[in-house]
Amino acid sequence: MIVENDGMTDTIDLRRESTLARGEVMGEICHHLLPYQTGEKPIVGDTVIAKDLTIDSLAIMDMVMELEDRFDISIPMNVVAEIHTVDQLADTILKLHARR
Amino acid sequence: MGLFDRHAGLLEAYRDVRTTGYDPFQIRMERVLSPTEAIINGKKTLLVGTNNYFGLTFDESCKEAAIEAIRAEGTGTTGSRIANGSYNEHVALEQEIAEFYGKKHCMVFTTGYQANLGVISTLAGEGDFLLIDADSHASIYDACKMTQAEVVRFKHNDPSSLDARLRRLGDRPGNRVVVLEGIYSMLGDSAPLREFVDVCKKYGAYVLIDEAHSLGALGETGRGLCESTGVLDDCHFIVGTFSKTLGAIGGYCVSDDPDFDILRVTVRSYMFTASLPPSIVASVRQALRVVKAKPELRKQLWDNVATLYDGLAAKGFKLGPEHGPVVGVHLPDRMLAIGFWRAMLDAGIYVNVAVPPATPNGVSLLRCSVCAVHTAEQLEHMIEVMTGIGRQLGVLGDPKLRVVGGTR
Repeated sequence: MIVENDGMTDTIDLRRESTLARGEVMGEICHHLLPYQTGEKPIVGDTVIAKDLTIDSLAIMDMVMELEDRFDISIPMNVVAEIHTVDQLADTILKLHARR
Repeated sequence: MGLFDRHAGLLEAYRDVRTTGYDPFQIRMERVLSPTEAIINGKKTLLVGTNNYFGLTFDESCKEAAIEAIRAEGTGTTGSRIANGSYNEHVALEQEIAEFYGKKHCMVFTTGYQANLGVISTLAGEGDFLLIDADSHASIYDACKMTQAEVVRFKHNDPSSLDARLRRLGDRPGNRVVVLEGIYSMLGDSAPLREFVDVCKKYGAYVLIDEAHSLGALGETGRGLCESTGVLDDCHFIVGTFSKTLGAIGGYCVSDDPDFDILRVTVRSYMFTASLPPSIVASVRQALRVVKAKPELRKQLWDNVATLYDGLAAKGFKLGPEHGPVVGVHLPDRMLAIGFWRAMLDAGIYVNVAVPPATPNGVSLLRCSVCAVHTAEQLEHMIEVMTGIGRQLGVLGDPKLRVVGGTR
């Protein structure tokens, strides 16, 4: 499993404590998706959640609830429906978190 | 890409299901004999999976009322209430249900599904927020697809999870509508309604509760969880169905909101479908009278629930979290659930088999629904049969009797 982290976000995190690090979000998402990994293929930013992994739609929604509580945000169902990749999910979480 | 290619995964799963010999989703009742028995595959079969909680489908007074209505007013209305008008009986039924709940308004729908679909999707519109329990019925999820409101799920039966989601909305403008169910249809568990209502009050949210499986079963007079938990006045909208305890088909929504009737010209599932036929309206009105007049049916139902639930629990089956008219029996996986279901049908007992994705948390279940007119002997026989199959299939931990890979 490879967690994408360009290091930049961590630097930003040091400057503004309230800003969530992208690496942390990616790590959390990957933690939830790990049980659904197929073979040795790593989970990366452009992994298509519903297609490249064995997770079903209900389990995706349940994972979203866990992520919501972890980062204290709410991701509306219609927004979830538009999310396909791990990157898009991380972007959404970061965006909603920043807007809190 | 072919039209059905996107269903390839489901087709494969469905093929698996049918390898057991029967298709659980296409069972044919060759003849229904009573609320508790039917002929299936040429054999008299005990019915423990039909949501017929009070057994009123064969109640003499309800049948007579329906027959009389057909003689008087014909077989159908051939159109919607807004196009063809209402029959006196539609209006009378609405008044009687409103009175039953002590609410000012009632709207009757042609199915319970349409009641949820139409009311929920119309109440919460653009700029509003719809908060639904994660284990909500398909009709609630489908309503969510039809609304412009922001929809957020909270954890099943978890008021603190709802609280967190309402809190996060902060001071954003827009109505908050919270959707709950009295009894959840898969595991038979009830919502902690009083706690949910407290959370809703804290944030000024509207409460809509679906009492589909709890009408008749819960509350001193059978009005459901809103009555048994003492929060009827705090539930702004109560939805229910005629297709379970009342033994027919149809849905309703009651409310005290003074502008409630505007829904008659805004809810599309009400406006653009034919209204209930006179026979159904008549049998439902009579069934409601029976529910009011015979509280002993509720006691019988719960006695039977205790017999089945406690009996199965004593044998070591893993069940839903509490007594309820729906008793969900957990099985380790989909194929075992289907094999178990098939063995029960061979033994002359019909229950529902519920497998992912129709079940919460990916569980596989035998879903049993109890009837007030089941006899203790019928249920004890069922426990005995299930115990035998459970041992054969290795679901019940008695190693001496376990047959590896055995099916009946």
